[in-house]
Amino acid sequence: MKKTVWSMCGMCSVRCPIRVEVEHGEVKWIEGNPHILKGSLCAKGSAAQALQKDPERPQQPLIRVGGRGAGKWEPVSWYTALDYVAEKIDKIRGKYGARAIVMSCRGGPWQDMIKAFCFGLGSPNFTNHDSACGRNVHHASKSVYGLGRKGFIYDIANAKHLICFGRNILASLRVAEANQVMDMLDNGGSFTYVDVRQTLTGIKATRFFQVRPGTDYALALGMINEVIKQEAYDKEFIERYTTGFDKLAEFVEQYDANWAAKECGIKVKKLKDFVTEIGSQRPKVIFHPGWMLSRYKDSFYASRCLHILNVLMGNVEVEGGQQFPKTPGDCGVKGLRAFSSNVKKPDEKRADGVGWKYKHFDAGPGLFHLFYEAMVTEDPYPIKGLICYRHDPFTCFPDVGSQKDALDNCELLVSIDTHYSEFGWYSDVILPESMFLERETPIATQKGPKPRFIYRDRAIEPRFNTKPSWEIFKMLADRLGFGDVFPFSTPEEMWAWQLEPTGYKIEDFQEKGFVPLTDKPIMYDRDKLDGKFKTPSGKIEFVSQMLEENGIPSFKPYESPKKPPKGRFRLVFGRSPVHAHSHTINNPYLHELMPENTLWINKRVAARLGIEEGDWVDVVGDSQIGTIRAHLTEFIHPEAVYTVHGFGRQVPLQSRAYHAGMSDQKLQEGLLQMMDPAGGGLCLCEKFVTVRRSPRNPRRRVEL
Amino acid sequence: MKKYMIYLNSKRCIGCHGCEVHCKANKDLPVGPLLCEISHEPLKSIRGVPKTEFHFRSCYHCEDPYCVPICPTGAMQQREDGIVFVEQEKCIGCMACAGACPWNIPQFNPATGKAVKCDYCMDRVDQGLKPACVTKCTTRALKFVTLTEI
Repeated sequence: MKKTVWSMCGMCSVRCPIRVEVEHGEVKWIEGNPHILKGSLCAKGSAAQALQKDPERPQQPLIRVGGRGAGKWEPVSWYTALDYVAEKIDKIRGKYGARAIVMSCRGGPWQDMIKAFCFGLGSPNFTNHDSACGRNVHHASKSVYGLGRKGFIYDIANAKHLICFGRNILASLRVAEANQVMDMLDNGGSFTYVDVRQTLTGIKATRFFQVRPGTDYALALGMINEVIKQEAYDKEFIERYTTGFDKLAEFVEQYDANWAAKECGIKVKKLKDFVTEIGSQRPKVIFHPGWMLSRYKDSFYASRCLHILNVLMGNVEVEGGQQFPKTPGDCGVKGLRAFSSNVKKPDEKRADGVGWKYKHFDAGPGLFHLFYEAMVTEDPYPIKGLICYRHDPFTCFPDVGSQKDALDNCELLVSIDTHYSEFGWYSDVILPESMFLERETPIATQKGPKPRFIYRDRAIEPRFNTKPSWEIFKMLADRLGFGDVFPFSTPEEMWAWQLEPTGYKIEDFQEKGFVPLTDKPIMYDRDKLDGKFKTPSGKIEFVSQMLEENGIPSFKPYESPKKPPKGRFRLVFGRSPVHAHSHTINNPYLHELMPENTLWINKRVAARLGIEEGDWVDVVGDSQIGTIRAHLTEFIHPEAVYTVHGFGRQVPLQSRAYHAGMSDQKLQEGLLQMMDPAGGGLCLCEKFVTVRRSPRNPRRRVEL
Repeated sequence: MKKYMIYLNSKRCIGCHGCEVHCKANKDLPVGPLLCEISHEPLKSIRGVPKTEFHFRSCYHCEDPYCVPICPTGAMQQREDGIVFVEQEKCIGCMACAGACPWNIPQFNPATGKAVKCDYCMDRVDQGLKPACVTKCTTRALKFVTLTEI
């Protein structure tokens, strides 16, 4: 008899709600939760069945016995491993204080538990991967609205026009969002796509601007200029809810459409027509403010402009625009009990300087890469331990060599993950988490027009000697003397403890896998949005008080990006719909679909270099070389070469992924501390590489 | 009489290859056989936007299939509703079916040593469900269509 188990996918960080069918202790079927996703799921979701059966993942706790990265491990019991980690942490805590431990996780709906662990331990240094991802967008959003990047959701399905600046929304897949985009297009919506290359997203566009790499900011400035010139903005909304419009208009005056078109390499008429079109479609026009925008030196300002364009469209809290994500409170329901409600945030400066040295950055997760600096300089104090949960800094951050140099100052490196991460391979202890079908997780709140509580139940028993993260953190906390932060010892007790204030029971989740908190979407009265914007002035700020007070200009004069010297290219990277960065490269099914990445290069440029389709090419950074096959296309800007991120892995136990393809982050030497001082994001597309036909291409072959 | 068809709305297809994996996972197939496939034309610029069309291909479930009569053991069969399928118990893995098929549709399953092909997930269809690829299609671009005579 098949049994339904409600869960949430763990193949990427989107965490789509799923329904799992289990028979005789085996997963037979996974589909998107029919009540939310109508069954839809992406390739990665279905490939979870292959991951579950794959023995090429850590099967029990491992303690390093050889040198770091040498790959010599002693398999140990959970008790031995946890005692070992606790003893090491205790030693560091005794010598340097608990603040010498950094705790990093991948963010998302369950990070509160990790934060509680970090604070319970006594360290303020809780962090995540985001300085190599969405920090610029987040901080840009805070500067405009006083709200973070999750301060709005986008009602794309009902929009009349969606504009994506490199946001590859149909390949960096979120199933529900992709359906919204397709629904919008089915309803006759317009879709403008801006990128240095054509993507799976761009082929669905109704308008495509192929821009010179690094000129997004110029295009956004030109758009603002033209919107103001054509008076295509919502005057009433600007008047009612914003400050600093005059200063904005004054600043963009120098950046007119002609200038922007020339700078970006596009047609001016196309740009002007675009503005005329959105002027007739607003407020149902959404400028996606970007997701992974740790790219260029001015990505923060580009994202600010995209947020500003949304404001000019007046698209706040309207159908087909940006909407405030509604909370349980909006439904008259008390929120879940937070794990961090049991602990006090340590009254200590963060070692990454966020909150005191850098006051304009969000001190929640801070900025991971700045801990490396602290490890090396011991300023403001020494960092001696790093625990990474579901986070692989060696894949996420650039310049792995520099990272290793910094980590050599640490006495303890722990990786808690379902798979071998490259960081895990270099660490001292691997604590293997059960893959998502084999574990339960705390209940999460999903905010939105119709907020809900949702959970992940255990579908099947773990195949190997692995544990769910809640149990790992609970057992570690017990050993370190703060087990009372997690006052439960079974998942049922944990859920009941979380749910207590809400009045719901875990049985309420049985029918649909979640508890809806409202039947109808909730909208605020658009005429009464006062108090919703959390800026110092309470208004949407074109001139940001927060930035100005910290000596950072609200508007930065545009600087044209450097052109790569002859024979060199700007290395840009992105996503494929069949892989979630490095997480899935070794998955048998997904590896079969896409075993390695290629280097996209402009056809005409390739011809000059004597490179043909499928040739091996060497991609040369400073000291690192990657060799992959070339893919020639006319639809990439000649200044750029592109590859899919996550490949070129060097964990020998991942036989499929081992040295398959090329790693962009290993070529990004020197970028580890190249931070945008205004946005906090790294500038990962500011690397020029040399491309040449590789000597690996056979000229002739001799067989004896 | 052929009763069913799988139709791809290329406008909604985003080329995510989800269907291919949904199929493999449902049939518990090893690396190797792929029972349905998404392909696309090279990109062509249409009014300034590089575009392409996606194609979905699984078995055509021919009305008069070549693979059925050539099967030496009677494993390859056609149902009344037109679904062409392999009865796994009878299959000896000789792959004569693949040779007879103009498109080489039947594939060898290295895990079982037998032929395997798209059967529209007939176990699901018989329960009133849709094939795996259609049920889970990321953007609901695939449709399972029941044909009617006009």
